[in-house]
Amino acid sequence: MNELFSLAVITGILTSAIRLATPYLFAAVGEAFAQSSGVVNLGVDGIMLVGAFVAFYVTLQTGNLWLAVLAAALVGLLMGLLMSLISVTLKAEQGISGIGLYMFGLGLSSLLFKLLVGTVQTIDGFKVIKIPLLGDIPMIGEIFFQHSLPVYAAFLLVPVAWWFLEKTTWGLKIKAVGQNPAAADSLGVSVDKVRYFSVCLGSVLAGLAGASLSTALVNLFQENLTAGLGFIAVALVYFGGWKPAGILVGALLFSTVNAFQLWMQVLGVNISSDVAVMLPYLLTIAALVFATNRVRQPAALNKPFERGEN
Amino acid sequence: MPPESHPRSQKSWLDDWKDLAFRAALPFLAMLAALLIGAIVLAFLKVNPLTAYAAIVTGVFGSMSGFTQSLVKATPLLLVGLGICIAFRASMINIGAEGQIILGALGATAWSLAFRNWPGWILLPTTLIASFIAGAAWGFVPGFLKARFRVNEILSTVMMNAIALQLMNLLIRGPLIDQAGVTAGTYLAQSEKLPESVWLTRLIPQTLLHTGAILAVILAVVVYIFLWRTTIGFRIRAVGLNPDASRYAGVNVPAYQALSLTLAGGFAGLAGAVEVMGVHHRLLEGITSGYGFSGIVAALFGGLHPLGLIPASWLFGSLLVGADKMQRAVQVPSALIDTLLGLVVLFVVGSAYISQRWAARRAIAVSKAGKEAEA
Repeated sequence: MNELFSLAVITGILTSAIRLATPYLFAAVGEAFAQSSGVVNLGVDGIMLVGAFVAFYVTLQTGNLWLAVLAAALVGLLMGLLMSLISVTLKAEQGISGIGLYMFGLGLSSLLFKLLVGTVQTIDGFKVIKIPLLGDIPMIGEIFFQHSLPVYAAFLLVPVAWWFLEKTTWGLKIKAVGQNPAAADSLGVSVDKVRYFSVCLGSVLAGLAGASLSTALVNLFQENLTAGLGFIAVALVYFGGWKPAGILVGALLFSTVNAFQLWMQVLGVNISSDVAVMLPYLLTIAALVFATNRVRQPAALNKPFERGEN
Repeated sequence: MPPESHPRSQKSWLDDWKDLAFRAALPFLAMLAALLIGAIVLAFLKVNPLTAYAAIVTGVFGSMSGFTQSLVKATPLLLVGLGICIAFRASMINIGAEGQIILGALGATAWSLAFRNWPGWILLPTTLIASFIAGAAWGFVPGFLKARFRVNEILSTVMMNAIALQLMNLLIRGPLIDQAGVTAGTYLAQSEKLPESVWLTRLIPQTLLHTGAILAVILAVVVYIFLWRTTIGFRIRAVGLNPDASRYAGVNVPAYQALSLTLAGGFAGLAGAVEVMGVHHRLLEGITSGYGFSGIVAALFGGLHPLGLIPASWLFGSLLVGADKMQRAVQVPSALIDTLLGLVVLFVVGSAYISQRWAARRAIAVSKAGKEAEA
């Protein structure tokens, strides 16, 4: 047990925590865009799976990581369009359409993996880039400044998303549509267009979240690689109160628990791995209990908009 | 559910029939669209879609075993779907059937092994009840969290699935592990065989078809009566259709929401029980076979109606069997079916709006015609 609290191990856990926060951040910030406009996209996990596979496959075939990221963003966009068509244009019950999208993504990524690859293989993913000077600070440098590009990008996304939602016209339109679509509509904002945009933006980020998993974190693909990570990301949006900063806190909380759990297994701490794997899911439920009702959700969340009603 | 905004009296029986036919046809159109997209995906992957689809059909109808297997798979789908119907009717989206199936299977296994010396006529029904209670408990947790803390039930049920899976892994490698495997040194992650007194009787020798299928059909009728002929069932549907109106009418909305999730868990638990008692005779990894998700598809396809669910679950049971056979016959991964199921869900919920618009337009036309006739 003493080993667990040595400086080296603590540094190791915190470094992993920063790294593991990456897919949560991409996916949850993306979902925050969709939900701010009033659409719950529960298909995040499915989009992540397809994004992860496509990025993995493109890297395997071409070795070009940028092409891989682009491809993952593109499938994210396509799946976002599908989700928007069903949930915005056809005004479907969002909970169910999201689950449909999840099942579609889970099935499609498995199908493609089995037909095109077949066995689990590793790829050369994004390399660690040590930031000059900052990366040399003892402990701090290792924890924060020795990561691969997607990790830095995920953390950079948080202030950018905040700026976009709070300081730009588009961001305000998204929030207006999520709070009061009828009012936004009467002011000439196209509710459907804003929702399409938000859902698609969120889906692109979900695709990137998947890509970060398969090309920067584990450097491989297997069936159901995400293991429900996308659903946790959706929960993080509630936990973070639809604010990028809140999501950052939640993502770090989760990734720290995950990193702790992984390191406990590595160090052979006497705890069943099944119990350890349960931790993040138990924590999610606890976080939902804690977060629900503490922050007001977008008033039109989960409600399709139809002109002339209300 | 499309609200009935039009006065019934102004419509002739022919219009009623047309509406019904249109609504019944929509799921099939959704299915057709999914199959079409599936075919395009397959063609891109250089697989002949016709070969793949033909293998599904011959897989089910080409042999007696294929046909009975489709009924075997329809059984847990029907049971899960009944729970989904109850929950969805109360507007509670239960994604937790996977975990509830596991709990039911665990409950049935633990109970029947613990009381293996009891006579079969007591042990068998109590085992079924144990599985129902175990599944219901797993459904009650998100139900309670929804009622008490307004926790989104979709997210909590997904998390409960992951927890149930780990719980099962823990138990079938630990306390419930088959001692024969331990002695042999294989440490297979599975439970001991259940006592023969709780095995469900096979209806046709040499096949897996068991009495659970009959039980599921009987329960479908029971759930129909429950939802449409009892006060509690009426309130569950009222809460789903209009929670505000229900509250004004004095219905304890959160309590009925929690109840619907609890009952949904119970039925999913029974699905777990029939799998261990009727098919495998023990608890092993992968016991759910994804029925928790395909059960949702069957329920939506059956119009969230217990009786519509009977043919729907058979259809999807057939698809699952056909997919396994296809994988073996023409090497197309059965994951194809998961993809198609996802698309069916998307298209079925998407088409609900089209059907509403259609009904509204018909109602306008009918009332216009009525006015013209008066004039």
